Amino acid sequence: MTALPNRPPTLPHHTISCLVENHFGVLARIAGLISARGFNIASLTVGETEDPTVSRMTIVVEGDERTLEQIKKQLNRLVDVIRVQELKDGEFIDRGMILVKLEANAKQRSEIMQIMETFHGKIADVQPQSVVVECTGDQRQIDALLEVLKPFTILEVVRTGRIALGRG
Amino acid sequence: MSSMKGAQILIESLRKEGVDLVFGIPGGANLPTFDALHQSPIKVIMTRHEQGAAHMADGYARASGRVGVCLATSGPGATNLVTGIATAFMDSIPIVAITGQVRTYMIGNDAFQEADTIGITRPIVKHSYLVKDVRDLARVIKEAFYIAATGRPGPVLVDVPVDITTAETEFHYPTSVNLRGYKPTTDGHTGQVGKAAEAIAKATKPMLYVGGGAILSGAAAEVTELARKTKIPVTTTLLGLGAFPESDPLSLGMLGMHGFEYTNYAIHECDLLIAIGARFDDRVTGKADEFATHAVKIQIDVDPSNIGKTVPVDIPIVGDVKKTLQALLAVVTAPDTRAWRQHIEAMREQYPLTYQEGSRLIPQYVIQQISEATKGNAVVATGVGQHQMWVAQYYHFNQARSLITSGGLGTMGFGLPAAIGAQFARPHDVVWDIDGDGSFEMTHQEMMTAVSHGLPIKIAILNNRQHGMVRQWQDLFYQGRYASSLFPKQPDFVKLAEAYGAVGLRVTDKAGVRPAVERAMTVTDRPTLIEFAIVADENCWPMIAPGKPSHEMLGTYETLKASGGKPQPRKAKPLDADELSVS
Repeated sequence: MTALPNRPPTLPHHTISCLVENHFGVLARIAGLISARGFNIASLTVGETEDPTVSRMTIVVEGDERTLEQIKKQLNRLVDVIRVQELKDGEFIDRGMILVKLEANAKQRSEIMQIMETFHGKIADVQPQSVVVECTGDQRQIDALLEVLKPFTILEVVRTGRIALGRG
Repeated sequence: MSSMKGAQILIESLRKEGVDLVFGIPGGANLPTFDALHQSPIKVIMTRHEQGAAHMADGYARASGRVGVCLATSGPGATNLVTGIATAFMDSIPIVAITGQVRTYMIGNDAFQEADTIGITRPIVKHSYLVKDVRDLARVIKEAFYIAATGRPGPVLVDVPVDITTAETEFHYPTSVNLRGYKPTTDGHTGQVGKAAEAIAKATKPMLYVGGGAILSGAAAEVTELARKTKIPVTTTLLGLGAFPESDPLSLGMLGMHGFEYTNYAIHECDLLIAIGARFDDRVTGKADEFATHAVKIQIDVDPSNIGKTVPVDIPIVGDVKKTLQALLAVVTAPDTRAWRQHIEAMREQYPLTYQEGSRLIPQYVIQQISEATKGNAVVATGVGQHQMWVAQYYHFNQARSLITSGGLGTMGFGLPAAIGAQFARPHDVVWDIDGDGSFEMTHQEMMTAVSHGLPIKIAILNNRQHGMVRQWQDLFYQGRYASSLFPKQPDFVKLAEAYGAVGLRVTDKAGVRPAVERAMTVTDRPTLIEFAIVADENCWPMIAPGKPSHEMLGTYETLKASGGKPQPRKAKPLDADELSVS
């Protein structure tokens, strides 16, 4: 069985939502800034917004309050960054998606289907000896799903970065 | 309106920005640009290396307050600019670097002289543009100059593929800039300014800590007015030297790693620290969490990311230094600092700068003589290392934009090209490059540029035949193992100067110093290089050892006195009894 690697204890995670110019090289500028300043990114997603000249980046970073302040200020220094907003716990909704490939015979397959029902997930693909399941949810739901799937043999996992929007 | 080629649009845009002088070297990917320059009134200074062009643009900007411009071709031309751009970035100097690039459809194909200039320079520019459509060119130049010069200034790079410079379109120069992601805060928050004034009124041991931001913002007059109005002593960073006249009794010179002993003690004791365009750099603070621990801290800076970055601040004010100080001056009241100033005067007597006087030719003496001969009114460029710190300690700076030095990046080889840029910016001022032999040799090919244009710069090489600061650290922290720090042989600098067509002088004893300096001042049609054959073993004191708190120094007066050190009083005599701080 492939165990998920045990992560070392992490610093608090912070979700930053960033509106940026939707043009050449912006992602490289932001990713470069974050790595050059030694900040740790847990995830980063980017996509066009309702205004095609603007993209929204959702960046989840690790660090204490002072690091977070610096990340926000450094992002704001970039000419291509239009707005930086920290999304505080409870004030936003976030979603990520996960695909998990599991070893599964017929019996295990039905167990897995039950689990996926509980998590409002789906079976995305079925092969004679394996299945691929998909699930969308917030960070906690996805972590919980992975925990429940641990007794099975996990062959491969892929997760998207988090996307997030402030409420209201 | 008839259409114009991209190269012409580029040049016309530069002219609209008031550019009359650029530094650079042509090559395959910027030939159309140089061809258009050749037919324009803009003066082109062809340098001998692109690094020289970038440092000249930088020196020009530092000496004048205007935006410096440098040009290079694609690939190696652009990569040769990198050190110069990084130097400008670290010290927030406004330059615009215009690089050639391979044809748009060849980008990414490993074409001849192709480099990903935007990628290579991304972490060392304030902003950059790759122009992919000739119709964007005029707007890009407008924005580049605006971004370089406003807010916290910095270098902007514009990468222009050669086919963009030959493509045609109509030329409309924009009248305004609209960047939704770039709106620098200029006016300090009134409430915060009020809090700062309250803190000042209550302070008993206040200090002004003034950095390069004060000079960049053109706020030397406001700094001086604030200090004199409130009778608060002033220390400056390396880049802040000149923001406050060192002839003023309130001046405590430079603080930090090689700052004055009494100044570092005063910082440790002060109860209010007012940081003005200064960023609590590690060379200033020593161990950051033990820096000025007894002080309430006010920080005025145009860049919010500078605030609280290394040292927490109690009263942050984001805003342009000049405007913020004007607002502060309107509401501030002077605290009673008499006891504090008396205490500082006592420390000034007790812990002076020191060196061993004698017959040997030592660098500190040379700099004192240049300072006296020029009355502190020259523009002084430096390289990086011991000589740079001795300049900061022994040259008396009285005017903003008179010290041209690489503080943040610490770029050896900066002195000569920066002095050339400064002389172009201020043709009527006396410009010195006080350099080390090691630093000078990193860019000395630019002697030819200076000679070609008949620039009367004075180059003082303090030749100790080594990388002196490296040797000093090896003595202190590596048990005297001189790994690659000593030069067994150096060129004959006098012959080198003469080979370039400059005047070359050599000084080997103290008696020869002043006559050589005076002689250099009489040469007006070409550079004069003076090689000072200084002692090899002189160290730069005092010194905060790396990682130590700023009030714990090596090479203090007490230790140097024991080995025959003589105090070098740093304070000019007060002109007026009324200004006498201790009275």
